[in-house]
Amino acid sequence: MLIGPGKALDTDRYSVICSNVLGGCSGSTGPASVDPQTGKPYGTGFPMITVADMVDAQALLLDHLGIDRLLAAVGGSMGGMQVLQWAVAHPERLHLAIPIACAARQSTQAIAFNEVGRQAIMADPNWRGGDYYGRKPPAKGLAVARMLGHITYLSDEAMREKFGRRLRDIEDYSFSFSADFEVESYLRHQGVSFTGRFDANSYLYITRAIDYFDLTNGQRSLTEVFRDVTSRFLVMAFSSDWLHPPYQLKEIVGALRATHKHVSYYEVESHYGHDAFLLEREKTEGIIAAFLASGSRSMRVPPRAGVDGGQATPGREA
Amino acid sequence: MTQRVDYQIIEDLVPEGATVLDLGCGDGELLDKLIHEKHVRGSGVDVAQEAVRACVARGLSVFHGDLDEGLADYEDGSFDVVILSFSVQQLRRPRFVVREMARVGRLAVVSMPNFAHWSLVGQLLLTGRMPVSSELPYQWHDTPNIHLCTVRDFRALCHDEGLRVEREIFLRSFAHTAPSQHLPNLMARIAIFAVTRGATVL
Repeated sequence: MLIGPGKALDTDRYSVICSNVLGGCSGSTGPASVDPQTGKPYGTGFPMITVADMVDAQALLLDHLGIDRLLAAVGGSMGGMQVLQWAVAHPERLHLAIPIACAARQSTQAIAFNEVGRQAIMADPNWRGGDYYGRKPPAKGLAVARMLGHITYLSDEAMREKFGRRLRDIEDYSFSFSADFEVESYLRHQGVSFTGRFDANSYLYITRAIDYFDLTNGQRSLTEVFRDVTSRFLVMAFSSDWLHPPYQLKEIVGALRATHKHVSYYEVESHYGHDAFLLEREKTEGIIAAFLASGSRSMRVPPRAGVDGGQATPGREA
Repeated sequence: MTQRVDYQIIEDLVPEGATVLDLGCGDGELLDKLIHEKHVRGSGVDVAQEAVRACVARGLSVFHGDLDEGLADYEDGSFDVVILSFSVQQLRRPRFVVREMARVGRLAVVSMPNFAHWSLVGQLLLTGRMPVSSELPYQWHDTPNIHLCTVRDFRALCHDEGLRVEREIFLRSFAHTAPSQHLPNLMARIAIFAVTRGATVL
């Protein structure tokens, strides 16, 4: 959505790298992959992964591609956490960091939502302790997890505006437990369509990785964590995001500002909630494009044949 | 706007290579000038989205938010200079912000329109209506200037806050390049104050 010719991440000007996330199910190794030792899918035998592991995998990908340094890392939500991790773990390889709608540490409320989603999956009898490959997958549980996720991506106002109390193809209440309301039908649809493209175990592993994410490890101050950071930051928040409210982004900004790092903070007025980072294209692309353009000017690309300032764009996952 | 005289005066107050925070930085013109001509390490704060976008396009570091919020992150003496250029009259809590500026900055520079200028007082006296001028181009009902004050008012604020006024520079208007220190409360349209918490830095 932000990527393409003439868009914020202008593919006429920049090379864009966007890899599937470690632990996912759309390319990278995850719990659905076959364990070479057993010849069977890993399932819950897959090692627990962290956001730092995801970023290290991306760094190895860059090594493989022969790219020393990125112009920018851009990402929202978990992608934003990856951007922060990039800036902390590989400061010399990253000129610009654009973390969007994320946090330096997963909040209590966000952990709580993730836990309910995981419980829904694990309560599905088809989950079978994660060993369901080649059988019926825990689609019901995964659908419920996704429905809950979708609620956290919206906002009170967005739901009221989008659905209100409108009924779905009926004149009056059915006085049953079928999906009378538009919002119910929407959530059921989102839940079911998700099960066709996502692996339940990947959902467990990735949400767990997000929950464990804490740049400070509960030990150091965020200012200390950012001490050796050299990237320039553009941090973006959305006013109605209640999964990662602006205060969580401002915490990142405050820690960077305290040591006079180059950081800009931009708060977008939006009623779309967390989803705004995917929807508010017009309000975000101008500033991202301007930040990238000014960064291209200030970045000294190492004189190495064939290497342009590329961009890692960890997309939104989970 | 070309070559604002007040910007030049503020620039002269900023030491070479200083760390600078510009509150209400607008499109970043002053900050950009300070970075290029005084080689400062600067960052800005502004509440307007367009202003933040313009600053980012210039490659500046800018915080999108209220000015008082923009100061809370900083420890005492974090900056050599904190600037508030023509914004003090628009603040909800000007006294708090000036106090915070002097806490965070070793030097606080405040420029402001002087509401006691004879032409404004004269307008009020002769027409009985709220004065309008090139520095204050708004009608009473659409003005963002909610806390206008005079040269003497600002001096009194500094006194009450225990702040020391290191320098006062007065301009007859944006068009007059030479400052005039003569009867400032009556004659100056624009006043620039450099204040500290006590220790002399100029």
